[in-house]
Amino acid sequence: MKTAVIVFPGSNCDQDMYYAIKDGLGEEVDYVWHAETSLDGYDAIMIPGGFSYGDYLRSGAIARFAGIMPAVIKAAQEGKPVLGVCNGFQILLEAGLLPGAMLKNKHLKFICETVNLQVKNNGTQFTTRYNQNEVIRIPIAHGEGNYFCDDATLKELQDNNRIVFTYSGENPNGSRADIAGIINAAGNVLGMMPHPERAADALLGSDDGLRLFQSILNHWRESTHAAYTS
Amino acid sequence: MPLTHLEPSPEQIEQDKVYQTMGLTEEEYQKVKNLLRRKPNYTETGLFSVMWSEHCSYKTSKPVLKYFPTTGEHVLQGPGEGAGIVDIGDGQAVVFKIESHNHPSAIEPYQGAATGVGGIIRDVFSMGARPVALLDSLRFGNLDNARVRYLFEEVVSGIAGYGNCIGIPTVGGELQFDPCYNGNPLVNAMCVGIMNHADIQVGQARGIGNTVMYVGASTGRDGINGATFASEEISEKSDEKRSAVQVGDPFMEKLLVEACLELTKHQALVGIQDMGAAGLVSSASEMAAKAGVGIHMNLDLIPQRETEMTPYEMMLSESQERMLIVIKKGSEEEIKAIFARWGLHAVAVGEVIEEEVLRLEHKGKIVADVPSDSLASAPVRHMPSKVPAAYLANQAAPAWKPEISNYAKTIKKLLGQPTLASKEWVTRQYDYMVQTNTVVAPGSDAAVVRVRGTKKGLAMTTDCNAKYLALDPNEGGKIAVAEAARNIVCSGGMPLAITDCLNFGSPENPEVFWEIDESVKGMAKACEILKTPVISGNVSLYNETDRGAIDPTPVVGMVGLVEDLDHVMTASFKNAGDAVYVIGEAKAEFGGSALQILMDGEVSGKAPALDLKLEKSRQGKVLEAIKSGYLASAHDISEGGLAVAVAEALFGTEFGCDLTFDTDPAAELFSETQSRYLITVPEAAKKDFEALISDAVFVGNVTRSETINLAFASSTVTLNRNELENEWRGALSCIMSAKN
Repeated sequence: MKTAVIVFPGSNCDQDMYYAIKDGLGEEVDYVWHAETSLDGYDAIMIPGGFSYGDYLRSGAIARFAGIMPAVIKAAQEGKPVLGVCNGFQILLEAGLLPGAMLKNKHLKFICETVNLQVKNNGTQFTTRYNQNEVIRIPIAHGEGNYFCDDATLKELQDNNRIVFTYSGENPNGSRADIAGIINAAGNVLGMMPHPERAADALLGSDDGLRLFQSILNHWRESTHAAYTS
Repeated sequence: MPLTHLEPSPEQIEQDKVYQTMGLTEEEYQKVKNLLRRKPNYTETGLFSVMWSEHCSYKTSKPVLKYFPTTGEHVLQGPGEGAGIVDIGDGQAVVFKIESHNHPSAIEPYQGAATGVGGIIRDVFSMGARPVALLDSLRFGNLDNARVRYLFEEVVSGIAGYGNCIGIPTVGGELQFDPCYNGNPLVNAMCVGIMNHADIQVGQARGIGNTVMYVGASTGRDGINGATFASEEISEKSDEKRSAVQVGDPFMEKLLVEACLELTKHQALVGIQDMGAAGLVSSASEMAAKAGVGIHMNLDLIPQRETEMTPYEMMLSESQERMLIVIKKGSEEEIKAIFARWGLHAVAVGEVIEEEVLRLEHKGKIVADVPSDSLASAPVRHMPSKVPAAYLANQAAPAWKPEISNYAKTIKKLLGQPTLASKEWVTRQYDYMVQTNTVVAPGSDAAVVRVRGTKKGLAMTTDCNAKYLALDPNEGGKIAVAEAARNIVCSGGMPLAITDCLNFGSPENPEVFWEIDESVKGMAKACEILKTPVISGNVSLYNETDRGAIDPTPVVGMVGLVEDLDHVMTASFKNAGDAVYVIGEAKAEFGGSALQILMDGEVSGKAPALDLKLEKSRQGKVLEAIKSGYLASAHDISEGGLAVAVAEALFGTEFGCDLTFDTDPAAELFSETQSRYLITVPEAAKKDFEALISDAVFVGNVTRSETINLAFASSTVTLNRNELENEWRGALSCIMSAKN
């Protein structure tokens, strides 16, 4: 599996994502500069965390106009797995690949800590290595992670099992329905505020995030195998 | 038309003593005149006034800084460059420095703190290193005061805003509260970087004819005269100097880090320096002076964000996120391409010349022409020194003895003091995990950051208990260094070297100057014996308000090498059944202790005494025990004494402990006798451990319980861990949410 980690000016979790895939997963990975225009040849697309373009406007609002974004949208339409973490999630919202918006954390302060997440849907290609409703330990680090959407959208997310992760126990940012991560209707674009790439090495406290990347790899292997044999 | 015609003429500057309002003394002005053999014009007077300010020149602290040992077998770069460098083996090195941003933070706390972080990061990457960690040593006044709470909240936000955005983890530091910092908070930021020996850079303008380039953000009118402002006492009028505080742009700096680290791999780079305090003038004159050359610069080419800027404004601006570089002539286009990729300016603004002058051209005229080394060599001031009467009185005072009626209550109260309480309210606002190398997060004795691709780690801490220094600067100075080293050792690291941030009041007060002198002597002695040379640092004087000087607060930033990440140790108790040991006997030393502050509201008497030889040998043994794998936890016993150390080791765990002592309870629990450790050892390693550290005293065991039992001959103190932890964990957030 060949993975692209998109680098925007101000991305700062790009290396963490890169190493989670290279060292944690043991798969091929490249940085792809925001000004590039093609993602052909990549099997999975990662949009890492950080402060793209400084996020002085609304988080992710400028990144969505970057040269690479049409290629990200194309990859999503082709059914490739696209994962947006933290700022990456915010960018996916701004780009319209996922519904809803981000507000400032309810206490208005940046929060960095390792939280309990509940896996609400282990049937996605990102979560097959988890048990349904399993509680995992994944770090968060954000100032605008208070996910918001209207009632109709929330109902749609709930009815279609598109809420993939929720905060378990105390909700750190005030997000609607304790949402920490959601997926698109096609099931190949996942946005989440918590950082699975920060939980890919037990030395740093948790390797619960590694299974998310293993799930992607697993799905890719199965689908490419199916493609060869069909 | 720039407003240069409004500037006073050289004659007016002399007649009206304009130089005085710019910060130069009568004597210094005469010296400038002698150096130039003419009267300086307005721009030149400005150049000298900032470069000869205490902040840039260390003119009063220089004689004292000579006490510090600055060399050692691992030191690759000592003081004098952007930051110091120490070898960590395998062709790699660690780079670090601490710097103050106290005055700006007192006036405009968010930007003051943010730009303090930005400045220290530039010092580190200008050496060619990738910044891997930040630490912040903070001191504020009493939190009962609304303005203090405002300063505290905004400083923390400013640090978080900058560090989080740029993506460098803030992994440690310290936080203390004391009324002496009421109007004058201390904001000291430390940055640690990792690099390959091959990439070491210097801030020198070598090679006649080479090109001087300006890179990064454009120059505005912010921060003009910041260095001069930082060399005065803070007063009611300081608010008028809000414009002397710079505004930070962490996004710009993130781009600058990446571009400059690409640049340092390029063979055309000759020298690089941050435009920090005193901006263009300091970077240009220092780079020229260090190489024994001159620089000719055309100010019309300087990227400007405002119109009609005068040479004076451009040279003295402290706009952030700018660097000055010198490159081999002819490679300008390649260098521009590197910066263009990151959307940054790289503009050729001058050249290296043989004549040793800083020559500035503006609109076709030479507007300043001064010897380059003259700006970098302010006349040293030898200040008078006087032993303070308060020191003599404290030395002569009878030993302070606490009368404690309820030990349990006292312990709980201590843990709720802002200085001792959990710092989570602060640290959870900092991204301490980005870069995914943080092995030991904030909250233990020292933070540990992995060196990626190796099995090594870097342990880092900042320390200073100013209360000891208030009583005895020499002993307190030693303790600051020793405590930092103890924290490194307790985390499994071998202390390598220190950086220091010397925060004091006005050196013009002979009693303050005596404090500076004695503190540095004490620190230097400790550095010598503990073999931790000083590789970089910063001096911040004039930390005074109309209510007097701050306590002497020379903050020590120390980095240690963890040879193998398997050696990483933390303070928390790990397993029920583990044996608990205390190393070091408690003496009735309460001067400057947290207990004394709690009971008296002030400190008196003698500071705890420190035996540096004993300190050194204990540190060696504890580290050996850790490396041998005998220990489950290690925690140094410092502020608040053993009682606080035991509580801290239990918080966040599901354990309690049963400990028995045959000593005096007040001294055992609350004395701040130095060189003491709280250690736990698994049953299987007890024999080996006791053979190695024969004077460790077995005091009991870790239990799977909420109860902490501390038994003495006369009585037993029983505490509930949860109750203590709630008090400790909630104290700061409770104060900050209730009173805002």
